[in-house]
Amino acid sequence: MHVAVYLPLLLSLLAAPGARILAERCEPRLATWLLTVSAVVLAAASTASLALLAVTGLIRIPPLAAIGHWSLQVVQRDDPAELSVAVVAGVLLAAAAFAAARMMGRRVRSLARAALDAACVPAPDGLMILDDPAPDAFALPGLPGRVVVSTGMLRVLDEGEQRILLAHERAHLDNHHYLFVALAQFGAAANPLLRPLAHAATYTVERWADERAAAITTGDRDRVARTVGKAALAVRRTPARSPVLGMIGMIGRRSPLSGAGPVPRRVAALLAPPTGRRIAPALITAAVLLAAVVSTGHAALDLHFLLELAGA
Amino acid sequence: MVANSHEPGRRRANGEREAEILAVLQEAGTPLTPGEVVEHLGDDLTYSTVVTILSRLHTKQLLTRTPRGRAYAYSPVADEPGLAARRMRGVLDERPDREAVLTRFVDGLSSADEELLRHLLGPEQDLDR
Repeated sequence: MHVAVYLPLLLSLLAAPGARILAERCEPRLATWLLTVSAVVLAAASTASLALLAVTGLIRIPPLAAIGHWSLQVVQRDDPAELSVAVVAGVLLAAAAFAAARMMGRRVRSLARAALDAACVPAPDGLMILDDPAPDAFALPGLPGRVVVSTGMLRVLDEGEQRILLAHERAHLDNHHYLFVALAQFGAAANPLLRPLAHAATYTVERWADERAAAITTGDRDRVARTVGKAALAVRRTPARSPVLGMIGMIGRRSPLSGAGPVPRRVAALLAPPTGRRIAPALITAAVLLAAVVSTGHAALDLHFLLELAGA
Repeated sequence: MVANSHEPGRRRANGEREAEILAVLQEAGTPLTPGEVVEHLGDDLTYSTVVTILSRLHTKQLLTRTPRGRAYAYSPVADEPGLAARRMRGVLDERPDREAVLTRFVDGLSSADEELLRHLLGPEQDLDR
């Protein structure tokens, strides 16, 4: 309990370097899975750790100890955590639960609203063309979802490029990328240390869709890269990146791409040879997650024994 | 998410104000200056807030403006399909989460990104047309 309970919190610190490695060096589909599962598992383990620490504080409150028939002497003698630590853990736990519930509630409402919008759009083949000179294209999740493209965007692209764009957006819908992103962001809401994982997942779903678009259309990855670049230069909106994300980008290797936005990174990845299916990142991620789960389980078991001892 | 996590309340309030001002302009049927918008709204918002919101709506291409005296007079964009399109894209819907559920083909480029992108794709590409 003394060490194990803190391990999931410590392992969460690996999120920033881990997210960077998975996003840049791993095949995007596998990377998205690893990032999403990591965010959910590490969030669950670290929240459980906070809960265990908070319980060690609660059982020292005499009325509560009386309800559980726990011996205060035994609890205090064993002293699994300082009372101050337990109080801080309790506060963090409440904040994590609140943030995660609020984020999920909001996302469910937004997804339901998007599904309603999608259902209201007359688009028998799943494609809606907006009569709008501003170039724009996006996937609207729903049952079924819709690909929405503006006439301004279609005008910028030739026929082959339009097919790539549609294949990219359909890949988002077919592979339920909004669910991966929502789950990763749910984990990050519960444990802010995991934000790099969620941020990386929003990037790897784009990479995933780019690679699918190349595979579905001509297999020409350079062509996809040029399409993404062409569309981005046509949109050329004001930079929307927050300084925080810029700083996350700054940490790490000093290459021309560090600190760059997602579009140049996607284009660079498409112009580079495809990333092979490497097993090492998956194994290392699995080991980290296993360590987090085992240590939480270990801490929970310790607390269980302590309560049994105190209740005896 | 990180980009949107701060000040959700303020953003929502802005969205409501934008909708309110759009409604005033649509009802008026004639272009209005910020001063006239303030009069229509009663004493809800200050002059400078109204100017800020009007120029933001103009940037979003929801309003057109013509110079009148020392100020601009604003009116809603005429094309209904365009307005419907922009509503579809969620620019009227200021909820910060709206963007998170849409997977956009390409997001905004900073000027550094643009330079890098042109460098990556090579000089022979006439991407801009």
